[in-house]
Amino acid sequence: MARRTRTSIGTGRPTPFVYAMLAVVLVGSMFPFYWSFLIGSGDASTIYSQNLSWWPGGNFLSNAQEAISNPAVNFWKALVNSIIVSTVTAASTVFLSTLAGFAFAKLRFKGSGPLLVAVIATMAVPVQLGVVPLYIAMSKLGWTGTLGAVIIPALVTAFGVFWMTQYLSQALPTELIEAARVDGCSMIRTFWHLGLTAARPAAAMLALFTFTTTWNNFFWPFIVLDQQNPTLPVALSLLQANYFVDYSLVLAGVLVATLPLLILFIFTGRQLVSGIMQGAVKG
Amino acid sequence: MSTTIAPQSGGSKERVRQDKSQLNWRQRRGQWDVKYSPYLYIAPFFIVFGVAGLFPIIYTAFISLQDWDLVRNSGEYIGFGQYNWVLHDREFWIALRNTFSIFLLSAIPQLVAATVIAAMLDQNLRARTLWRMGVLLPYVVAPVAVSLIFSNMFGDKFGLINTLLSDIGIDPILWHTDIIPSHIAIATMVNFRWTGYNALILLAAMQAIPRDLYEAAAIDGAKTVRRFFSVTIPQIRPTMIFVIITATIGGLQIFDEPRMYDQTGTGGANKQWLTITMYLYNIGWGKFNFGRAAAVAWLLFLIIIAITLMNNYLTRRFVSGEDAVKKSKKTSLKLTAKGGK
Repeated sequence: MARRTRTSIGTGRPTPFVYAMLAVVLVGSMFPFYWSFLIGSGDASTIYSQNLSWWPGGNFLSNAQEAISNPAVNFWKALVNSIIVSTVTAASTVFLSTLAGFAFAKLRFKGSGPLLVAVIATMAVPVQLGVVPLYIAMSKLGWTGTLGAVIIPALVTAFGVFWMTQYLSQALPTELIEAARVDGCSMIRTFWHLGLTAARPAAAMLALFTFTTTWNNFFWPFIVLDQQNPTLPVALSLLQANYFVDYSLVLAGVLVATLPLLILFIFTGRQLVSGIMQGAVKG
Repeated sequence: MSTTIAPQSGGSKERVRQDKSQLNWRQRRGQWDVKYSPYLYIAPFFIVFGVAGLFPIIYTAFISLQDWDLVRNSGEYIGFGQYNWVLHDREFWIALRNTFSIFLLSAIPQLVAATVIAAMLDQNLRARTLWRMGVLLPYVVAPVAVSLIFSNMFGDKFGLINTLLSDIGIDPILWHTDIIPSHIAIATMVNFRWTGYNALILLAAMQAIPRDLYEAAAIDGAKTVRRFFSVTIPQIRPTMIFVIITATIGGLQIFDEPRMYDQTGTGGANKQWLTITMYLYNIGWGKFNFGRAAAVAWLLFLIIIAITLMNNYLTRRFVSGEDAVKKSKKTSLKLTAKGGK
């Protein structure tokens, strides 16, 4: 974002009232985490006590420990699975989207216009409506219960292709490609050296988005994976089924499972914010 | 292009053809490279979409006309029997009602709140990035986790909300028993996760508004609130419609939040918060009736298409009407601005 001082609907600096309102919003967006910590650091009876203390208890680590070590939940396996699925999906989406985006933005070929329209049209198609045949296909292949069943349908997305096309068409000068071609560079080397390099900032944002979305995805993994080999959201759903009385364990487990993305957010939230805002202007 | 063969004289077709046949393999490879590699680069997307998107949706239509046998993993053609069954099932209509109710309860307050938050963020704030990150924070939390936290806060007997309500003298609300309260609780989870995200999108639209519009309005004597309603809102309307459309497509498919709202995941004792996607799941993987589940999937697909088309129609009317207004307003504002100076 350009650094500029300006006024919009207010003149001059915003009033303290605006800051107060924003602070309320901020408290609202953080409160559920605190509530989880409050319950998750108590014991089974905390939630039932008449006079709830707003100060956390001291049992968080033992509760988290107990939720994690529950054999039915498979927490560590779920964590590793989530890391694998999200990383592979993000890497492949970024690479394949950049490849297609490079072709759409910078190469001339017959039918490129209609094909790009087709890509954009597929964004409106809710892919998860095909779950029944997708499940039948996976079970015929014997892939149900494996991570491949989650990764393969998500290898590349229409959004990713669209996003990289938009970015590369303005970020990569066509003259540069022509120069490389004149120097005898093959197409794929041109892509490798020029396309991938120019795409880096947009690729980082796409990776972040894809990683977050995949990490939080529930519906399809819930259908196709089984309890022995879950991703984190699937494991969380088992947490409740197992500890339906003791919310101190459930919410401690929820917080631990949420921690990796919260840490990621602290380091990359800035990029996520500007990614969403840039996408909005282009979309 | 690495090579170009210029026809030496006359450039007759005969000559060009001869030249072409004299291209060596390197040059020919270069030509193929230029001609065909773009298709190679876009192929992965279309293959993945074909395998995981297009084929399943078409095949869903095929399966929905069948009585699917799970043991043989194949079906038997029965015509529109599955659709007939679904459309005569009371639960389907309950699920449809719940889905729309939850959607409306989330979309409308969310849009209002997101617009207000965006307007507050669209000011010369100190620590701007921190505020923006703060409102986006809930977005990174998995819907499953959000649902577990909120279903606890909205507990019927010992939940936080009911405790607070009784503190101020209001009778506890049966969030997990009554229909509308359960929809409000689920809509709250959706709003928690998406309001900040949408606020950032609207904020981006607000920052794209030309500043002279505000200056002109200020010179005309419009106060903050007036400027918000007469300049900001009309200018960001296309983006608002975009937000509404994406919220519709996502909202009609809602599954994670209502599924995790209680331990059984069946949508409540009387299906108070059963949604269409939950209904699909229960038929497909609870009763293992794939033909019927496929019929539900297609019905949901048709509903989404219908709503999207309706949205589109309304959008076009709105936006084109709005454009005319916008243009005239813009010019008149500019004129007055010039006159004022």
